[in-house]
Amino acid sequence: MLFPWKNNDNSKDHAKSRLKLIIAHDRASINSDILKAMREEILDVVARYVEVDREEMEFSLSNDQRMTSLTANLPIRQIKRLGELQRQLQENNGLDLQKIEVVEIDKTADSKNAPSK
Amino acid sequence: MSRIIVVTSGKGGVGKTTTTSNLGAALAKQNRSVALIDADFGLRNLDLLLGLEERVVYTAIDVLAGECRLAQALVKDKRLKGLVLLPAAQNRNKEAVRPEQMQKIATALAKGYDYILIDCPAGIELGFRNAISAAQEALIVTTPEVAAVRDADRVIGLLEAEGVNKISLIVNRVKPHMVEENKMMSVEDVLELLGVPLNGVVPVDEKVIEATNRGEPLVLGEFESTPAMAYTNIAKRLEGEKVPFLDLMANQGNILSRLRKIFGG
Ligand SMILES: Nc1ncnc2c1ncn2[C@@H]1O[C@H](COP(=O)(O)OP(=O)(O)O)[C@@H](O)[C@H]1O
Ligand SMILES: [Mg+2]
Repeated sequence: MLFPWKNNDNSKDHAKSRLKLIIAHDRASINSDILKAMREEILDVVARYVEVDREEMEFSLSNDQRMTSLTANLPIRQIKRLGELQRQLQENNGLDLQKIEVVEIDKTADSKNAPSK
Repeated sequence: MSRIIVVTSGKGGVGKTTTTSNLGAALAKQNRSVALIDADFGLRNLDLLLGLEERVVYTAIDVLAGECRLAQALVKDKRLKGLVLLPAAQNRNKEAVRPEQMQKIATALAKGYDYILIDCPAGIELGFRNAISAAQEALIVTTPEVAAVRDADRVIGLLEAEGVNKISLIVNRVKPHMVEENKMMSVEDVLELLGVPLNGVVPVDEKVIEATNRGEPLVLGEFESTPAMAYTNIAKRLEGEKVPFLDLMANQGNILSRLRKIFGG
């Protein structure tokens, strides 16, 4: 080896990346208030477009080796009609819905137990 | 206006008691009146670090039990006008005191002293809750190691939940040569993780151990040492002075690192 000192294994980088993960997880699991506030806000946005089953929904934080992630499982009861959406959005903030691509909704699907994934 | 400050960390052995004793002495040296409260019931050692152990007569428990007046329990430091210690009981455990009682004592002391520094026990149970009950501010002591930083983050969260929002950080036991070699997190790394303002940086130094052997806070020593300067600076920053942080890396330009620079290592 020509420059043996180039080969140090930077154990401080391990320390830092491990701490980033574990601190994120600690903070989230301890401060349930933050999680609650975030959940309410996300739900407000989602509820503008679809009707969510509030009893069945799940919010959770998990982390693996690389990252902490937020998983939201929101069973959808019913998806709103395009016209309804258009009215709502225009009332709220004058958005131009023409720019949003419309996806055909299968009206025969059982809207009560629509899969959430 | 007096200030009630808790010195806390979550993890044990990171330097809370060392910080409390040196900071108390440094503030007293700057002509402030300071009362130190040892809140580590059952494992008291602030009296030892200050060299006051032989003069302890009463403890906080005696005050609470009405067996003596608060003023009688205070041990005066003869070397420093204005520095007193309220010892913890050694023969009782942490459950012997409740948060309201600690609050009462600290508030009473706040009438007579500029600073009340509370030396917190390790952990986050009752002893911790006692120690923070009266605090308006907190000094978090941590070291650049994973367990200490994690515990510090937890404790910061708990303090914030209790409404103690004036929080700053002391990074203790920094080893400049390890930081240089990327084998230890730097102060900047720790700050980035914890997200609270820095109040001081203290290197690992044998003189800290020598001073505890003698029972004499470093800032009272004959010779200036790096850790003594660090504690003096922390005291000044508490007083609102803008003092630049010590450059612990200044002496790290050894032959190896200079070679590394030359070879772009
Ligand atoms: N900067 C330092 N350099 C060298 N030793 C230190 C330093 N800070 C603390 N120590 C040593 O570490 C040990 C734990 O310190 P202490 O203040 O009792 O921690 P805590 O009160 O957080 O449990 C003691 O033996 C002390 O002398
Ligand atoms: Mg201690």
